Amino acid sequence: MDTKVDLPANESVKLSVRDLNFYYGSFHALKHINLDIPERKVTAFIGPSGCGKSTLLRTFNRMFELYPEQRAEGSISIAGENILKSKTDVTLIRAKIGMVFQKPTPFPMSIYDNIAFGVRLFERLPRVEMDERVEWALKKAALWGEVKDKLDQNGASLSGGQQQRLCIARGIAIKPEVLLLDEPCSALDPISTGKIEELIHELKADYTVMIVTHNMQQAARCSDYTAYMYLGDLVEFGATSDVFTKPKKKDTEDYITGRFG
Amino acid sequence: MNDKHISTQFDNELSGISTRVLEMGGMVESQVVQAMYALTQFSGETATQVLRIEEQVNAMEVGIDRDLSTIIARRQPTARDLRLLIAISKTIGNLERVGDEAARIARTVQRLMNTGVSSKMRLPVGDIAFEAELAIKLLRKSLDAFARLDAHAALQVIKQDNEIDVEFDGLMRKLVTYMMEDPRTISASIDLVFCAKAIERVGDHAKNLAEQVIYVVKGTDVRHTPTDDIESAVR
Repeated sequence: MDTKVDLPANESVKLSVRDLNFYYGSFHALKHINLDIPERKVTAFIGPSGCGKSTLLRTFNRMFELYPEQRAEGSISIAGENILKSKTDVTLIRAKIGMVFQKPTPFPMSIYDNIAFGVRLFERLPRVEMDERVEWALKKAALWGEVKDKLDQNGASLSGGQQQRLCIARGIAIKPEVLLLDEPCSALDPISTGKIEELIHELKADYTVMIVTHNMQQAARCSDYTAYMYLGDLVEFGATSDVFTKPKKKDTEDYITGRFG
Repeated sequence: MNDKHISTQFDNELSGISTRVLEMGGMVESQVVQAMYALTQFSGETATQVLRIEEQVNAMEVGIDRDLSTIIARRQPTARDLRLLIAISKTIGNLERVGDEAARIARTVQRLMNTGVSSKMRLPVGDIAFEAELAIKLLRKSLDAFARLDAHAALQVIKQDNEIDVEFDGLMRKLVTYMMEDPRTISASIDLVFCAKAIERVGDHAKNLAEQVIYVVKGTDVRHTPTDDIESAVR
């Protein structure tokens, strides 16, 4: 694939992906990906199932390292440091690059502890400051108003949409720089989805957000940049407003207009 | 090139609405033809007929607009589907105005006849008929370009609109000469000025249609753009 990276000159780059290849055993799942992720913007990854978009997201915080037969080659740089080669503790990378998954994954503990748990791994905060941090994260995730009177209740007692916002709150409580969202709304109703999309819009004031979604309208609604992937290749990357009105590649056009396959 | 959507129903909706745009185009085209017949032959009956079609054209515009909203709401179109629907919305607006111009000519014919003007006054209606022929041809070409989504044909329409403008200017000079030579023709000549202007507007609408075709095919908005730039956009 071409190695040209299109990014408007006025954007600063948060993550820089160069010649990234990813393998599941002998299966070549990502092929020579070159991409610059703009800082404090929302970048959406779209493409049919199996195109590699979730795989790509999982390389950004080395989530794949949990599985021995998976490996990545190439580089993903954040502030000049290649996180794939880095000697840095992977936990610290994940503190910098948080992730929220498709299914809400509240820990089997209170709402308060769901948030405080991650923070305690990296910081020792006095009780008052921890309280403030929990409140701040829940407010950021637009959940505070709904849970402030039941912080000691189990996280699993919340509705699906609330659980997902709880997971986002947990992700941002440790103040990451990048937030990875893998299909964050696919199990949610339209109202919860709307709230999370609103939240994504607010989060980009402080964070660089990347979202993988099957819902193209969602990508169109909430992202600034869109990457279209197919069979492990990055086919097109551009401003969302261009990709959804005048894509450069015929393949992208066929996919987003529903002519694919 | 794979042109079919996964949803054949969506394909049907798009081709259905495109067909109706062409149908509407055919109606306004025949309206202009009939309006010119009414003017050159001083036929009050044909003028009335033009005004009758006008109502159908208006109803058609409203109907197509309603279907456009439905398709957009249900399908959330993107890329060239989105461009097609936006272009259709603008195109039917233009077609409706072509119908308005035809109706304007028909009403002028009625007024001329009511004031006792007849073909015996030897007004230069033949020159307007020539201008109208150019405009009708251009309108037909732009509708063809829309039907085939042919950006090159659309570019030709944009280039040819100039010919009508030149013809219109010549006609103005001629009518002014008429009025100076025989002041009794002033009132009728002014009516003809408005008819000539109406025809010139038909040409402009045909050009607008052609610009929308280029927008659908190439994704470039070529309104208010110099012809050279349009040419490079189409290439």
